[in-house]
Amino acid sequence: MLYREAGQFRTSYEADQQIFPIRQDRIAFALLMAVAVVGVPLFASDYWLTAILIPFLVFALASLGLNILTGYAGQLSLGTAAFMAVGAFAAYNFQLRVPGIPILVSFLLGGASAALVGVAFGLPSLRIKGFYLAVATLAAQFFVPWLLVKVGWFSNYSASGVITAQKIEILGFVFDSPVRRYLLVLAIVALLALAAKNLVRSRIGRAWMAVRDMDVAAEVIGIRIMRTKLIAFAVSSFYCGVAGALYAFAYLGSVEPDAFNLDLSFRILFMVIIGGVGSILGSFLGAAFITLLPILLEVLLHGGAGLLGLNLSPGTPSMMQLVVFGGLIIFFLIVEPHGLARLWQIAKEKLRLWPFPY
Amino acid sequence: MSEPASHEHNPGRRIGGTLLSVDNISLAFGGVKALTDISFDVREHEIRAIIGPNGAGKSSMLNCINGVYTPQQGRIRFDGQEFQRMDPHKAASMGIARTFQNIALFKGMSVLDNIMTGRMLKMRTNLFLQALYVGPNRREELEHRRHVEHIIDFLQIESVRKTPVGRLPYGVQKRVELGRALAAEPRLLLLDEPMAGMNIEEKQDMCRFVLDVNDEFGTTIVLIEHDMGVVMDISDRVVVLDYGKKIGDGTPGEVRANKAVIDAYLGVAH
Repeated sequence: MLYREAGQFRTSYEADQQIFPIRQDRIAFALLMAVAVVGVPLFASDYWLTAILIPFLVFALASLGLNILTGYAGQLSLGTAAFMAVGAFAAYNFQLRVPGIPILVSFLLGGASAALVGVAFGLPSLRIKGFYLAVATLAAQFFVPWLLVKVGWFSNYSASGVITAQKIEILGFVFDSPVRRYLLVLAIVALLALAAKNLVRSRIGRAWMAVRDMDVAAEVIGIRIMRTKLIAFAVSSFYCGVAGALYAFAYLGSVEPDAFNLDLSFRILFMVIIGGVGSILGSFLGAAFITLLPILLEVLLHGGAGLLGLNLSPGTPSMMQLVVFGGLIIFFLIVEPHGLARLWQIAKEKLRLWPFPY
Repeated sequence: MSEPASHEHNPGRRIGGTLLSVDNISLAFGGVKALTDISFDVREHEIRAIIGPNGAGKSSMLNCINGVYTPQQGRIRFDGQEFQRMDPHKAASMGIARTFQNIALFKGMSVLDNIMTGRMLKMRTNLFLQALYVGPNRREELEHRRHVEHIIDFLQIESVRKTPVGRLPYGVQKRVELGRALAAEPRLLLLDEPMAGMNIEEKQDMCRFVLDVNDEFGTTIVLIEHDMGVVMDISDRVVVLDYGKKIGDGTPGEVRANKAVIDAYLGVAH
């Protein structure tokens, strides 16, 4: 009853090829965006903005990047954080060394630098697949932070490699408050998410999925495998690079190379797996889930401990978090390999018939 | 096969000049000789069958024609151009499409997307236009969608167009794979056992599609098939391979009477 599309006939291919062909979806999405643009800035506290919503959006962008590579093009990568680091440090250096460069251009150039590095580390994918490729991308993960620490130039010779992001200013408008930074990040992420959706429903997206699903057949159709894989690495790393720049500029403010460690890569991989491999929506669901889970756990643990009269040591919540993460990953890999996005799709299909499922 | 019989009498079809010829092709994997000195030609608009017992080198032959394998010796002439070696991309852009013996569809994609992928080489817009999904890219997507819908109508798979192909039954998947190959508007269509594992009705359907493709689009077809009834009924000429060697070539009637072919299929008294 909630989700009826009866009477909505698509009479042209154009209508059929929309992102949201069903009217209820369009309304829901418009409401969601209205809440994100108007509601959140009005009601959210600074804590929610800086500690939850901004990192959620930044991680969503990074997992979008990884999802393009792993979910759509089928190339497993453990180098996400390295590409984010390239984006962050490149954007910082462009701001520092090119006088008068607009900050958005710096972000784009940060993404472009990450894309170049991504292509370089994507070259092994032409010969190796699966786990072996993941190991090859690990090289990026260890090499890039090492290089950023070793070569002082990248961090402008700061003692420990820490960079302090310049303030964000667009056409004289300074993004200094959490609300403003949130809106900037939201705009960038929304635009890039739309672009990603467009890519995956166009020719290149089909080429990626073709290479993922059956590379011999893709080749026989005339898809150039090498080029398709390298474009996937470039686009994916571009997204990660922009996410890295936002991570430094809009979220943390100052950041060191070691922040972009293997742990971060794995977190983003978990977001993709839990959210949904090969789904744009899944990237957002996964990022939301993993950003919110620690907070939820903490509330639950403290509430539970209070009820039972237990005395928790301060480390317990973070350890519980690891345990629950591990459990969830195993759960999703076994029960629903396509993650939350697939669960959402199943829910929608059920809702079409509810409450008369026959 | 009742309906498609006596194909030679169909007056609408004009068999033209030589479209493809393979000359003295030899292919070996290490010490295993998959193909030895094979030559045959395929004329425009004809249906050419390749038959032979298991392991005779039929699929290897197709793989040489569209560049998946590179033969050690021999030449391939397609449409007047001669190649020492073909590569899959070149073959595809010259108008050679194929289906596979074991279905090689893109399992995670819908029927529509699978067939759209077949039109890959006909699409032109660059990455940035695709990211924006405006102007030329939107027009291109719609224009190709229209063409793909014709194929979907032709193959009668309208009801499953949005279904991921992994969920479809085997016979329908075979049909989708044919559709994907047709989407490229090929001049030469290589079909590797399009009717393997099908029941009689599905085989009849598939025969009808193959004949219709040949008739309506004028597509030249090279077909590997084990079902002799099908081969004898729908093909114009037949090549017979055995242990990588050509042992027969001619019309179905000639091949049926060929002593070497009978021996290869039925065995010889020693």
